[in-house]
Amino acid sequence: MTGAIQQLGIDTLNSLARLGRRAQFLLQTLSGIGSLLWRPGLVVAQLESVGVRSLVIIVVSGLFVGMVLGLQGYNTLVDFGAEESLGVVVALSLVRELGPVVAALLFAGRAGSALAAEIGLMKATEQLDGMAMMAVDPVKRVIAPRFLAAFIAMPLLAAVFSAVGVLGGYVVGVEWLGVDGGAYWSQMQGKVDLYEDVYNGVIKSIVFGFAIAWLATFEGYDAQPTAEGVAKATTRTVVQSALVVLMLDFILTALMFGEI
Amino acid sequence: MTSTDDNLIEIRELRFAHGPRVIFDGIDLSVPRGKVTAIMGPSGTGKTTLLRLIGGQIAPDAGAIKVDGLDVTGLDNKGLYALRRRIGMLFQGGALLTDLNVYENVAFPLREHTDLNESLIRALVLIKLQSVGLRGAQMLMPSELSGGMARRVALARAIALDPMMVMYDEPFAGQDPISMGVLVKLIRELNDALGLTSIIVSHDVAEALAIADYVYMISNGRVVQGGPANELADSSSEWVRQFMGGLSDGPVPFHYPARDYAEELLER
Amino acid sequence: MNTRATEIGVGLFVLLGLLALGFLAVQVSNLSSMGNGDGYRVTARFENIGGLKVRSPVTVGGVRVGKVHAINYDMHTFEAVVVMDIQPQYTLFPEDTSASIFTAGLLGEQYISLEPGGAEAILQAGDQIMLTQSALVLEQIIGQFLFGKASESGDL
Repeated sequence: MTGAIQQLGIDTLNSLARLGRRAQFLLQTLSGIGSLLWRPGLVVAQLESVGVRSLVIIVVSGLFVGMVLGLQGYNTLVDFGAEESLGVVVALSLVRELGPVVAALLFAGRAGSALAAEIGLMKATEQLDGMAMMAVDPVKRVIAPRFLAAFIAMPLLAAVFSAVGVLGGYVVGVEWLGVDGGAYWSQMQGKVDLYEDVYNGVIKSIVFGFAIAWLATFEGYDAQPTAEGVAKATTRTVVQSALVVLMLDFILTALMFGEI
Repeated sequence: MTSTDDNLIEIRELRFAHGPRVIFDGIDLSVPRGKVTAIMGPSGTGKTTLLRLIGGQIAPDAGAIKVDGLDVTGLDNKGLYALRRRIGMLFQGGALLTDLNVYENVAFPLREHTDLNESLIRALVLIKLQSVGLRGAQMLMPSELSGGMARRVALARAIALDPMMVMYDEPFAGQDPISMGVLVKLIRELNDALGLTSIIVSHDVAEALAIADYVYMISNGRVVQGGPANELADSSSEWVRQFMGGLSDGPVPFHYPARDYAEELLER
Repeated sequence: MNTRATEIGVGLFVLLGLLALGFLAVQVSNLSSMGNGDGYRVTARFENIGGLKVRSPVTVGGVRVGKVHAINYDMHTFEAVVVMDIQPQYTLFPEDTSASIFTAGLLGEQYISLEPGGAEAILQAGDQIMLTQSALVLEQIIGQFLFGKASESGDL
């Protein structure tokens, strides 16, 4: 019994220490971002691996999610004779929720895990130590560009996801099921508000991008320098990112749209 | 050997513990300038930790570490980084940056720390690669190199900024005889040709003794023996003789401490 | 080195992302129908606006010509004051245009319908529409209906 209590105490202290390391790490990373102004090439290279290589999965997923929304929305709306509102349903779902959230989940799986694994592997193979001994700060040289690239890529990917999704809904609703094309767009434009919906969606994706960038780079940097440690860091990145994104989504939604 | 000027590194009364495990329990150690000094001891004695302490990557619990007259423990980040520019280090696995090819790896410290133009960087990189015999491998990626080649590239990178000293972490571990011979030759030649000071951490007795001018033996957190390499063979310490001769039994027992053998066997 | 290819790829990626954002702003949302600076504002007073909201549509003969900009309450006259933004291309409404609050469909959203009158003078920016008809509240209609039925049966 005392053993269990003791273990609980140790675990609590460990998580506190982890939280402290996390905060410290974020401060170091953020202070390293300034120096990237003189070396944009580092960020561009990371945008390639984090952003461009996530594009295919984002476009394909966005298209299918939009098409499913078109199909489901049509089937529900047609019962009320309100299938003209299909555009509103598709666009609002995507812009407010599914675009930022699903894109963030995919991004965590595709880019976040890769970031954590890459950084963890660099640590395990002493590349980070090697840099530090060459008087190059690994946080500035390795972490900060990756953090910034993930932070920039996420809102762009979420926007692509939503835009492709709206087009996917158009294909299913208008081209296949025969909803009036003019109504699809005009109802959408009438009901989707630039500030209330689009801006808030973008803000969500920016917050998610920050969270995933932070989690992924930290887990890689804090990984045990072994094969097992890197594997754990990768898993933790994906699991934690998913949980954090969904929790943040609820909080942000309550703040933006709720009247709690 | 006692005057500070002759010694590049002076370590006094160094204590370091990793959690409950005491790794160094009051170590005194001097590394003379221009010489090759080997630090030897069994695995797990914290030889690598010693290099990290010298490089200021970790801080000791007590004691002083002076490198070229500078107290490493008292340096701020800026001072530490300035010092590290004058120190080359060869990690066990080479620690090459896996996303850059051989040429770019050697150019890395030059690009990070100097504003040299491309043609000058190219010349310097080619000189360094030529000195380790791998100029022909400049376009290969680290994953295409053998372990020995990776270490030679890392060596070229370590000397790219013409440091005052190079630290080698287990340079011979896991190498075939040929690359071992190549590395032994390189370390000695580079040390003499570039006027470096070299520190080698190793447990490969024959190779370390072949190139070292001075040897320190570390065991159980203490320096067991230190001095010129040629005096080591006739050491009075039984432990040193066991380590040097690679004997299976001696002061370091063959058996892990256990209960009485007969008693445990007869137990039900 | 393929730095150039990387740069072009990343450039395309950023461009695509910005285009998607632009698409969401222009094609998906109501940015195109906002035009705040160009239009003109008129006000109207209603006894009851029902479920009218800011940004509800303003139509003439079913054509959308503007939106509700603000809804205030006048404590002296106990009336709701609705400020409407009318798009600049829709001018020349007569001064005696009337405004009514209708519901789109049985349970749909509420909107303001303008009905042009016959006066010579033209409605100017800042003017107030004098003739208004409040929103029909479903409970009131039902109540009136039942009341009417009751009085009918009382007569018999």
